[in-house]
Amino acid sequence: MTSTPTTTRPAAPVARPARARRAADDTPTRSAISEIEWRRARVRRPWRVMHAVMLVVLVVASIGPLLLLLKFAVTPSQDILRTPLAVFPHGVKWSNVTEAWTRVHISRYFLNSLIAAAGCWVSQVLVATSAGYVLSVLRPRWGKVLNGAILATLFVPAVVLLVPLYLVVLHPPLIGHSMVNTFWGVWLPAGASAFNVVLMTRFFDNLPREVFEAARVDGAGPFRVFWSLVLPMSRPILGVVSVFAVIASWKDFLWPMLVLRDQNLQPLAVRLPALQASTDLGVLMAAMAIAALLPVVLFLLFQRMFLHGAGMGGAVKG
Amino acid sequence: MVTRDVVAVRPPGRRTVRVSATTTTRRRHTPVTWVRRGGLSALVFALPALFVFGWFSWLPIVKAVVMSVQKTNLIVTSWAGLSNFQHVLADPVLPIAIRNTLWFALLALVFGFPVPLVAAVLMNEVRRMKGLYSVLAYLPVVIPPVVAVLLWKFFYTPGPAGVFNKLLGYVHLGPVLWLQDRAIVMPALVLEATWAAAGGTVIIYLAALTSVPAELYDAAEVDGASVWGKIWHVTMPHLRGVLFVTFILQILATAQVFNEPYLFTGGGPNNATLTVLLLIYQYAFGTSLGGKYGEATALSVMLAVVLALLSVLYFRLTRRWSTS
Repeated sequence: MTSTPTTTRPAAPVARPARARRAADDTPTRSAISEIEWRRARVRRPWRVMHAVMLVVLVVASIGPLLLLLKFAVTPSQDILRTPLAVFPHGVKWSNVTEAWTRVHISRYFLNSLIAAAGCWVSQVLVATSAGYVLSVLRPRWGKVLNGAILATLFVPAVVLLVPLYLVVLHPPLIGHSMVNTFWGVWLPAGASAFNVVLMTRFFDNLPREVFEAARVDGAGPFRVFWSLVLPMSRPILGVVSVFAVIASWKDFLWPMLVLRDQNLQPLAVRLPALQASTDLGVLMAAMAIAALLPVVLFLLFQRMFLHGAGMGGAVKG
Repeated sequence: MVTRDVVAVRPPGRRTVRVSATTTTRRRHTPVTWVRRGGLSALVFALPALFVFGWFSWLPIVKAVVMSVQKTNLIVTSWAGLSNFQHVLADPVLPIAIRNTLWFALLALVFGFPVPLVAAVLMNEVRRMKGLYSVLAYLPVVIPPVVAVLLWKFFYTPGPAGVFNKLLGYVHLGPVLWLQDRAIVMPALVLEATWAAAGGTVIIYLAALTSVPAELYDAAEVDGASVWGKIWHVTMPHLRGVLFVTFILQILATAQVFNEPYLFTGGGPNNATLTVLLLIYQYAFGTSLGGKYGEATALSVMLAVVLALLSVLYFRLTRRWSTS
């Protein structure tokens, strides 16, 4: 049964071992159309057509706008405005990109975005792994209370938090030093993600506890077990949490806009709408393309992590 | 000593034995035994979560409730009773904001609910390059919303030179005033929002579809079911549980929409896209209204309560259908 498709897909296994492995994983499940039905032309042909149409729609809908953005990024503003769909009627204008990078200071905002994303990543990973370790492996008696308190925040809509959270960051209790216009105001609230803690706890729950017990008997303390056993074993979930932490921070707009009032600290996403009015259209498009570049590259590099994590999102919420 | 046995034998079920052993010996409480048993290190590991959640999640939640009955200009804070709520409810733009939010949510369901479902069910039958389909579907989700909105805003340029108007022009339609026409602006916003979000839902459905038991399809075939029969009677029912969840999650998300109305239109034209969250933002941070933190939190709390009641009601009503 499984050998027949080799005639229809010539190059796939050689070119992409990862995909071949995934295909092997998927063999126990099947979809509505059986292999026998698929070999019938009456079934196969309409489905092939349907899938081809779908592929075209997907390409146009998801890559189309991005390709246009890339094209606009190197097109003179007049051409973007007058003939947005024409292919470089008056040549390519590479200087849009350099001008955006240097004169509009996109380089600085890009760096700010990187700083914000890196800090959000550290705080999310630190909180999620340590909390998951407490709830799943160490299991103190008050763990249930902590778990409940963290889970409860999942059910509070984010909208309730906006204003009070802003005031907490503006006048934090205990330290009395405002976190507005510091990256801490972006980094620390990002760590409070109950979703991450749930993901981590669930993953740690499935790790073999016998290994931890063995390490404990061999004299490893809780920190050693965490650092040398739990973290290395949870690389897959760490990857998922990491890519989503970075992307979420890169996409975030409202919160960094509220906290980072100082232009020189603002990340790209916050800065772009403000630049809109004062910047040449071609240069703005170049800046937007630069802002979209990193998430797209990250996604293409770590697509399996993204898709796996996105699928898991449904499982956790469900 | 008990632990050593566990390591030597290492059966999966032994875990419970050890746990009960420790609980029976955990009678005497002194600080020293507490530290020895790992109480201190557990606390140390819990610190980041306690700190971050306490400060940036639990405290603001409590603060939200308290602030909604206070008046504050950040220096002097006084008791305001229910006057914040009265002010908000008496605000003539509130009904507009509520209507707009409901309209947005309804449109988002009409546009955004069937598309990912149909896409996922069809994509599930793809034989070659299934990964490519998923990647393409998910790609818009990773684009920063600001970039997406600004780009689409340019696509929506009025006049015959706008990208969408050009496309419509090829079939002799338009030009349409996408963001200026009160009747069209909301569907235009929802179209972009659906483009940006649908991929995530597709991936959720596809992930759920990997767990359809093969026997169900086999059994359906024995009963002589056609391909569409199998899709209708096996594939779709399997998604029912996920569909119920994504349905309410989408409503909760669209009720809190901010980026699209703020970046596309700023609530205009003539308040046609003013949503509840935008109104909250304007109360607290807007240039003319700004600084009304009490009113802003009062409205936030009301919205949150409505959403909570809605979800409770929803799960009550659908429990019967979703579990079967």
